[in-house]
Amino acid sequence: MDFGPYLMLATLEGAVLAAVLALMASGLSLVFGVMRVVNVAHGELYMLGAVFAWWVTSFVGGGPAVAFVAALIIAPLIVGALAVLADITILKRLEYDPERTIVATIGLLYIMQQVTLMTYGADARPVVPPFNTRLAIPWLEWADGGLQVFWPWGLSITSYKLFVIVAAVVVLLGIRLMMTRSRIGLLMRASQLDSETAQAFGIPVERIYALVFGIGAALAALAGVLIVPIQQAHYLMGGDALLLSFIVVIIGGLGSLGGTIVAALLIGLSDGIISVFFSPTLAKIIATILVALVLVFRPQGLFGGRAR
Amino acid sequence: MSENGKIILLHTGLIALLLALNFILPAYHHGNIARVMVLASYAIGYNILLGYTGLLSLGHALFFAAGMYGMGLSIRHLGFSPAPALMMGIAAGALVSVAIGALALRTSGVAFMIVTLMFAQAGYLTILLFGKWTRGDEGFVIQQAERILWGIDLSDANNRYLAALVLFALCLFAALWLVRHPVGRVFVAIRENEERAQLLGYNVFLYKLAAVVASGTISAAAGASYGLLFGYAGATFATVQYSIFPLLWVLLGGMGTVIGPFLGAVFMFYLIDLSSGITNAYMLIAGVALVLLTLFAPQGIGGEFRRRVWGWLP
Repeated sequence: MDFGPYLMLATLEGAVLAAVLALMASGLSLVFGVMRVVNVAHGELYMLGAVFAWWVTSFVGGGPAVAFVAALIIAPLIVGALAVLADITILKRLEYDPERTIVATIGLLYIMQQVTLMTYGADARPVVPPFNTRLAIPWLEWADGGLQVFWPWGLSITSYKLFVIVAAVVVLLGIRLMMTRSRIGLLMRASQLDSETAQAFGIPVERIYALVFGIGAALAALAGVLIVPIQQAHYLMGGDALLLSFIVVIIGGLGSLGGTIVAALLIGLSDGIISVFFSPTLAKIIATILVALVLVFRPQGLFGGRAR
Repeated sequence: MSENGKIILLHTGLIALLLALNFILPAYHHGNIARVMVLASYAIGYNILLGYTGLLSLGHALFFAAGMYGMGLSIRHLGFSPAPALMMGIAAGALVSVAIGALALRTSGVAFMIVTLMFAQAGYLTILLFGKWTRGDEGFVIQQAERILWGIDLSDANNRYLAALVLFALCLFAALWLVRHPVGRVFVAIRENEERAQLLGYNVFLYKLAAVVASGTISAAAGASYGLLFGYAGATFATVQYSIFPLLWVLLGGMGTVIGPFLGAVFMFYLIDLSSGITNAYMLIAGVALVLLTLFAPQGIGGEFRRRVWGWLP
């Protein structure tokens, strides 16, 4: 393949990663934005989403499409409910103290990961995508005398991958609408700005927090369900995903949803492109150091406004 | 007896007890306690930062690994003998902690935790990247012939135990001295109220940097000794898990107590050791312990002792 089609392929693969990353990171960002809680267990919620997707699809009959739709609904609901439970039993009792909640969520990370290891096992298991047609992509090139259409060998994307991108866009639009237009979004924003005043105005801040934590977890789980037909479900898959979403949330500015999505695109696309041309380890080193330096020198993120 | 006398008695008593255990412990536990003493030295280093200065780092594995690889690589590739190699390990740890401290201390709270986590992750990946020299995840063995320090063969179980005890005693008394020294008092003042410490005219940044360097250097000494005593250096020791362990030990044993890191390390080590006989998911114990500790006993064992029995516990 020539350089151009190669780059195009890397961009498409990057866009799929960016879509999944944007979903996951916006969950992390929502939780941090409203509750000021850094959820270190976020990667494990993503893993649980993938594992539950495998579990649901292997128990629901009626073809891969029905099973997958069932997984798409059930897995985020279960994971969201688990997160609400964790919020009520643990985070609320810590009074959402930032440092102590980090330690507690590290504990939750190991609990979820190890319980998965004990029940689901150490194997990576696949889920059949609901549809998976290969779509070839044309490429334009100057050949002798004029513009010609090529169908370079290997330049293609599957319909499922396109679906992932579309689904992520739809869900993110939905979240945005919920935050800006709905009453519950208004309550969330009020709790975010000043939880004490919100409480004084009769907003049930603790219930809002539990809901936000649940929604954040459900977003991670949804990302997990969407990725599992592309990447298999494995009990250790949360680690890398957590690191990438941290990177995205920090570069995008802690707690800013718009910035998170821009950063997800940036990281997703550049990761796809960089790891095609360079060693993936080197790409990760550069990304982690970059993130640390962003936090040190520009804590509001590259795209964030002033720090609050 | 004066408070000072009690403090000296308690800590020398612990060392004397560990020395006595050397002669009576069965082989399996003898090896375990040697390991625990080195790990407890690591936790003592961690505790200077978390317990006394109030800074929670999630990246101490970087310092531990800097010590381990500073020592291991200079034996493996530069042909150093153990004594200068140990010095190399400690120097590497000190150097890394100055650099990380100078950068990470520009942030505070949650950002400090994440920055240290990220730097440690970058360090871990760097070890993997230079797999040609470090042998990555697989790690490398330090041969028995390379582990003879001043004519003492450190691969021998008895010598190893005593060497670990010497390291532990050095770290324990160094920490005890530091936290009772005026500098240590300033650390505590920063932990309690950073703004007030600043108002009193202390250069808070420099004191915090000193705490990071002291903490990182002790951790590196523990890492270098671990590699030398157990004859192995591997990238596992640079993973996030090895940053979480000292946090867990210190929380369990009691942050801000000199003896706490040892208590935490010995309890956790045996808890994980026992459970790994039952299941391979032994990190579950660590997770449950972390959640329960933050919920019900944020002061840990040492903190409870101080509250109920020994108000003077340093």
